[in-house]
Amino acid sequence: MPANRFNGYTDYGVGIGLRVPHYSHILEKKPVVDWFEIISENYMVDGGRPLTVLDSILDQYRVVQHGVSMYFGSTDPLNREHLKRLKNLVRRTNTPWLSDHLCWGSVDGRYTHDLLPMPYTWEAVHNTAQRIRQVQDLLEIPIVVENVSSYAEFHVSEMTEWEFLNEVVEEADCGILLDVNNIYVSSQNHTFDPRAYVDAVPSERVAQIHIAGHSKFEKYILDTHDHPVLDPVWNLYERAIQRCGPTATLLEWDDNIPTFDEVHREALKATQYLQKAAQRLTAEEQKQAVAQ
Amino acid sequence: MSDQNSHPTQLREIQQRMAACIMQPITRDERMRQRRADGTPSLREAEAIIRPNDRLSSFERLEIYNRQYWFRLYTSFQEDFPGLQAVVGTRRFERIMRDYLTECPSTSFTLRNLGSRLPQWLIAHPDHSAPHTRLAIEMAQLEWAHIESFDNPAWPPLTPEQMAAIGEDSVLTLQPHLRLVEAHAAIDDALISLREDEGDSDSASNNASTGFSARRTRRMRTLPGKPVFIAVHRFDDSVYYRRLDPEDFHLLKAIRGGATLSRAIDTAFAASAIPEQDRPAHLQSAFALFATLGWFCNQTAEDPL
Ligand SMILES: [Fe+2]
Repeated sequence: MPANRFNGYTDYGVGIGLRVPHYSHILEKKPVVDWFEIISENYMVDGGRPLTVLDSILDQYRVVQHGVSMYFGSTDPLNREHLKRLKNLVRRTNTPWLSDHLCWGSVDGRYTHDLLPMPYTWEAVHNTAQRIRQVQDLLEIPIVVENVSSYAEFHVSEMTEWEFLNEVVEEADCGILLDVNNIYVSSQNHTFDPRAYVDAVPSERVAQIHIAGHSKFEKYILDTHDHPVLDPVWNLYERAIQRCGPTATLLEWDDNIPTFDEVHREALKATQYLQKAAQRLTAEEQKQAVAQ
Repeated sequence: MSDQNSHPTQLREIQQRMAACIMQPITRDERMRQRRADGTPSLREAEAIIRPNDRLSSFERLEIYNRQYWFRLYTSFQEDFPGLQAVVGTRRFERIMRDYLTECPSTSFTLRNLGSRLPQWLIAHPDHSAPHTRLAIEMAQLEWAHIESFDNPAWPPLTPEQMAAIGEDSVLTLQPHLRLVEAHAAIDDALISLREDEGDSDSASNNASTGFSARRTRRMRTLPGKPVFIAVHRFDDSVYYRRLDPEDFHLLKAIRGGATLSRAIDTAFAASAIPEQDRPAHLQSAFALFATLGWFCNQTAEDPL
């Protein structure tokens, strides 16, 4: 949905991920960008250049925080040090919502720094939803969870990935960051119809959408974020936007990062789909007004 | 624990067993090992947890994560310690990475802290860096100090009034971004020229990598023995290495250790060649420099959660 309680009733357009190689371009040229997504962990520090750059960006742009290490699906107790730093950053950025992944990545206090897939079990649903609620209560901000790319499935899974996502967000009462590239990658790795996934997602909970590029290997696809967005992913994006309306969209590019302009141009390809969705929404509203 | 041969159903057990698989070192040709160090067969674990598909076996699917784990850690570690790599050479460096990260896996949500235990580990494992052990340890200390200096807090410097009020019994606080490193050779110059050649960037992301390519660095020639006392500190968001007189270095070190000013001064001059009558002038100019750089400061309170 364009603006909803999961994205703080904002109506953001097309943004890009803030990355170190683009710092000087952005600060010097001040390009027009609707919003930036930052990786929270890069700024959860006590001082120095990361925070100086962030403050300059915050002066001129809208910023949304995206995390990579909350591990909602882990079974360890929440990391207080992590949450304290995250809360400090939230106070600094005033991010309208905060996203992280529906995955796990640490156990017994050891961190893999990876986004590991969940076994889709009821136990995992309850555990994950409870942790999301705890984080939401502590940070006092809408939490939005993102579906990850995966390369493995578990014997014990009791439901599909999208059923798992739906159960978790219902129980936690949180939003969704729908990554259509991740849906595509996983659909190829696990042989399911990605359109069924997109169609099953509760559209009223979608706060944001991710698009990205991936790499194809002989027997699987890797979520590398080092390419332009591929056609099947644009198709899924179009379908998601049709269902959810013109939703805040962000392009992720993390490796072999080209110039700022090139990344921005690629992201702005999303605009045509967003405009179409906005037109359709207006038409529907007019129809409703006439009918009343 | 469930029966080892059946599929574990409890989330925690699944995560523990999967983590044990993916955190075990990969082989030289970047494959998952057949057996873990404790003898557990990887195949049995993979089949217990992971469902195969029409293209990949359980083992192969788990192996993707095993490889990703090490690619990510190696890439980050190598970015943090190019100087150590130049000291010991790529081959030994890879052995250090593998063994250090196996013994000291990350216990922090951020990769920034990956090398926090490295200097101590190198001291405990001298064979890994022989015959350059001393240089390797000092270089690792300097590189870790650089990481800390880059984003440690900067607290408000003492005001001129506070500086004027400093007396013999004062216990001073040093800036957290100021780190003190002592070495037997000019490793600071060597590291600066190395970093100029290679540049550095280090940030978290959430993408997968297609592989790890060991960065080639030129080997550092043996450096001439000459003791150096380095203050690693941050100024205008850049990290600098400033050479200090041994007296000033020991003064700051004693202050960092919690000594009163008079005790710190005693320590500073304990082995000094500076004649007694020149010491007040020396101290005065040292304090003027430290004040200019804002190294004495007031600790600020942390925000509560
Ligand atoms: Fe994403």
